[in-house]
Amino acid sequence: MSGKTEVSKTIRQLILVVVGMFGFGFAMVPLYDVLCDVTGFNGKTAGKYTATEEQDVREDRLVTIQFLASNNANMPWEFRPKVRTMKVHPGKLNTAEFYVRNVTGETMVAQAVPSVTPFLAAEFLHKTECFCFEQQQLEAREDLDMPLRFIIDSQIPEDVKTLTLSYTLYDVTEQFGLATN
Amino acid sequence: MNRVVQMWQAGLSLLLFSNAALADWSTLNMRQGVTEISRQVYDLHMLIFYVCCVIGVLVFGVMIVSMLMHRKSLGVTPATFHEDTRVEVAWTVIPIAILLVMAVPATNTLRDMYESADSDLDIEVRGYQWKWQYTYLNDDPAKEIQFMSALKTPQNEIQNLEAKGEHYLLDVDNPLVIPIKKRIRFLVTSQDTIHSFWVPDFAVKRDAIPGFVHESWVVVEEPGVYRGQCAELCGKDHGFMPIVVQAVEQADYDLWVAEKQAEAKEVFNTVGKTWTKDELMAKGEEVYLQHCAACHQPNGQGIPPAFPSLVGQGISVGPMGDHIDIVLNGKAGTAMQAFGQQLNPAEIAAVITYERNAWDNDMNELVQPKEINTMMASE
Amino acid sequence: MSAVIEEHHHDGHHHGPDKGIMRWVFTTNHKDIGTLYLWFSFLMFLTGGVLALGIRAELFQPGLQIIQPELFNQLTTMHGLIMVFGAVMPAFVGLANWLVPMMIGAPDMALPRMNNYSFWILPFAFGMLLSTFFMDGGAPNYGWTFYAPLSTDYAPPSVTFFIFAVHMMGISSIMGSINVVVTILNMRAPGMTLMKMPLFVWTWLITAYLLIAVMPVLAGVVTMMLMDIHFGTAFFNAGGGGDPVLFQHVFWFFGHPEVYIMILPAFGVVSAIIPTFARKRLFGYDSMVYAAASIAFLSFIVWAHHMFTVGIPLAGELYFMYATMLIAVPTGVKVFNWVATMWQGAMTFETPMLFSIAFVILFTIGGLSGLMLAIVPADFQYHDTYFVVAHFHYVLVPGSIFSIVAAVYYWIPKWTGNMYDETLGKTHFWLSFIGVNVTFFPQHFIGLAGMPRRIPDYALQFADWNMVSSCGAFLFGFSQLLFLFIVIKCIRGGKKATDQVWEGAHGLEWTIPSPAPYHTFATPPSSMKEAHG
Repeated sequence: MSGKTEVSKTIRQLILVVVGMFGFGFAMVPLYDVLCDVTGFNGKTAGKYTATEEQDVREDRLVTIQFLASNNANMPWEFRPKVRTMKVHPGKLNTAEFYVRNVTGETMVAQAVPSVTPFLAAEFLHKTECFCFEQQQLEAREDLDMPLRFIIDSQIPEDVKTLTLSYTLYDVTEQFGLATN
Repeated sequence: MNRVVQMWQAGLSLLLFSNAALADWSTLNMRQGVTEISRQVYDLHMLIFYVCCVIGVLVFGVMIVSMLMHRKSLGVTPATFHEDTRVEVAWTVIPIAILLVMAVPATNTLRDMYESADSDLDIEVRGYQWKWQYTYLNDDPAKEIQFMSALKTPQNEIQNLEAKGEHYLLDVDNPLVIPIKKRIRFLVTSQDTIHSFWVPDFAVKRDAIPGFVHESWVVVEEPGVYRGQCAELCGKDHGFMPIVVQAVEQADYDLWVAEKQAEAKEVFNTVGKTWTKDELMAKGEEVYLQHCAACHQPNGQGIPPAFPSLVGQGISVGPMGDHIDIVLNGKAGTAMQAFGQQLNPAEIAAVITYERNAWDNDMNELVQPKEINTMMASE
Repeated sequence: MSAVIEEHHHDGHHHGPDKGIMRWVFTTNHKDIGTLYLWFSFLMFLTGGVLALGIRAELFQPGLQIIQPELFNQLTTMHGLIMVFGAVMPAFVGLANWLVPMMIGAPDMALPRMNNYSFWILPFAFGMLLSTFFMDGGAPNYGWTFYAPLSTDYAPPSVTFFIFAVHMMGISSIMGSINVVVTILNMRAPGMTLMKMPLFVWTWLITAYLLIAVMPVLAGVVTMMLMDIHFGTAFFNAGGGGDPVLFQHVFWFFGHPEVYIMILPAFGVVSAIIPTFARKRLFGYDSMVYAAASIAFLSFIVWAHHMFTVGIPLAGELYFMYATMLIAVPTGVKVFNWVATMWQGAMTFETPMLFSIAFVILFTIGGLSGLMLAIVPADFQYHDTYFVVAHFHYVLVPGSIFSIVAAVYYWIPKWTGNMYDETLGKTHFWLSFIGVNVTFFPQHFIGLAGMPRRIPDYALQFADWNMVSSCGAFLFGFSQLLFLFIVIKCIRGGKKATDQVWEGAHGLEWTIPSPAPYHTFATPPSSMKEAHG
């Protein structure tokens, strides 16, 4: 029969596993983000695209990009794309605008969250300027035209003919507070 | 393949179910559906089902034989073998082979489901607690059609005060109308919790995740009415937010589109006119029963504290401005939604008028659609 | 419950168990603690059963008769939580406590005091969980799988207590599992190599490793929930940069191994009982061990088969489909080995054997419906319907629960020194067997016909089979009261049991007296002849 040290050693190893797996649970969060960033699997788009020059513009191809806009839960703002679809050449820099209006009598802060379908298109959508990069604060009854500047990568696979970019607007007034103006 | 499957089906069903009522396949089995994909899914389902039946019959058969023959009461002496490598290898390898055989058609059907192609019509499907919103996307915003689709079955049927209709719990006020033989792309998302858009006849089930959009597609071969339900627990009325799709010939679809666009125009015009109290009350009651009664109950008494009573207390007998605000903008942190996003000004004005004057509330006040419209449009 | 026979000891410290209620509060004896776990799990089983009867009563007919939708969601959620975490898991821990030390020839578990804490956490955790029914906003109502954001942004205030209860019960499981691993690895009698251990001990060793690996992940996910709800983080909220689907990935990374945690000890029980009553050694011991280990390993890499409809890309869906189908192979091996054990044996059909054979047949049915669910395109029609409910109830009720019941019948003569009433036992078996099939078989039909899960009311075409299922549920539920009666009757007296109890029984636990003395194997057994079953 093994002595007390054997028992202690096993216990120590097992506790290490417990702690390690607890950490792994949390590590799954950034792991998941990294995986999704690299593969675009959940349709999340990357951050600000730094290369603003047009490269390898594909004059022979047109890709349709469709814009959706919706509000989350009780977000009451008016929010819509100014155009529903655009046909663009991959590689070219384009601009689309979204109209937003705070219909309430209070100042509010909103966050737009993008989502792309089909997934494999997400990594080919580069946004050089997007209202989704920051929170948007609007005074009571104030409205705004928000720009989106994007390039669809010229390497986008041939079988992607349409991609849909959907923004969901969240009310984040509580989390971010109001900036003094 | 199909005929063979059908013959096996008939044989098996004859064998297993002699009861005439049970021969009604629709209460026992998945339906074939009305799309090429749904039929492939059905065939796949029947294939794996038959494989499982065969495995079951073999394994249970051996067990039954053993239980009958290898009993101590028959005076048998137990054998002593307790291993046999060849047999063990065999019953490891053979199942792998069976799995490979099943994996091939499964992979093919899945590939077909994921195949991308241009769509003829794109519809945004948004899940709400507890109804759906459909938006027919169009380059021209004036041509876009958007409406809510909510359960039409009256609360009285649910609470057993009236006999249940044929499409109990599977009926909506505004069905989704689509043309047959055209590729329809569904862009599925959610307003609040996770929902799931499921139409069994199409073999389409796509989760609606808040903040994300997912797509699914369908080409419906036959005209008809196809009913589905929300397939992800989303709160109190998860079981009460059905989906009804009406698939029609292209010509009928075009007529419906024209009708809907005319309706939208009419609503726009209706907003301008002055309504009588009776007109507002009638419309208001309709809207109330459709959109408010599930929480605030047909009698207005609600289920406090989560769903307040509207009778003789609170918002419906308080200042008009507060009442309008809460109906338009909802109340954060509660289940009260921003109905300004879902209903048109006439419906909003009507339901507020109704709430202030129905039951024992005698506010004797009304609000006109054009006032609501003004508030919503420009302030 | 265990006998108060004093054994002659060398050290003279122990004179049998303490008297009175404090015995149970302070005990560090593995037999006492096993008893506590088993009674606790039975109480939870009956509680979860009452909730189930509430559900089936409402679903007896279409329309809302006795339970409104808000309460219904609480019933379904709490039924799942209590059965999984309060009934099945503690029952298996109770069996481990009673049996593992005796089966390996050890005097007790390695960490007896921690063993006591592991148990006593549970009544507190479940008291807290059940008390949420009486809180403002009610009990948890978001399903036992508590997906975000329903369980974060839209949860009732009791969610914080739910999280706390989950943490407590997780700590209990982890401590218990560490105890099991340390005991098995370090306290086996000399000569008992790993490949000579009874299969029940093997399955518990593997289960304990699974628990140690995945319970912390569950703790992680409920902590993330807590942070989202109270500390303004956004793990699962897209508005803050998070993703509700991340919740599902982390939860099911725990959740899938969890279901194997709930079945592997069952495999061990059945692997002990069938050879006894067939009077023939377990067929293919080595492959049974490898199969159990393969199942445990595979259980880590198939989690997303619970998520086929969330919108995973094609490659992901295909991978998870193939990996899930693969689990059928080692599981099939185990089923074939049990059948081969029966084949050309000389069987008798006492109650433990009846429950074990029913386990093999009905668990296999559940496994086959699981194989159907693995096929992704078909799963689009099965997911979140009663077909899934039928599948998991087949593997859990005539699966796990039947194995626990079989274990009780099999070992209770050892624990109490008395035989249970065989006629009543057989009656309990047949009532349960009929009840369980009448309840759950029709659920395959309504699922295929299109009835979703977790709904309190349904369309008219589902009415007939729902009524049948509800009748079965009441039959099955009330039959368990007969089991309670049989157990109490056996404790109080019955035909005296011999040491070996069953003619074909092999194993160290059958070499000691019945009832087992309070302390056993204070000195290790001299001969390993009896150990290998």
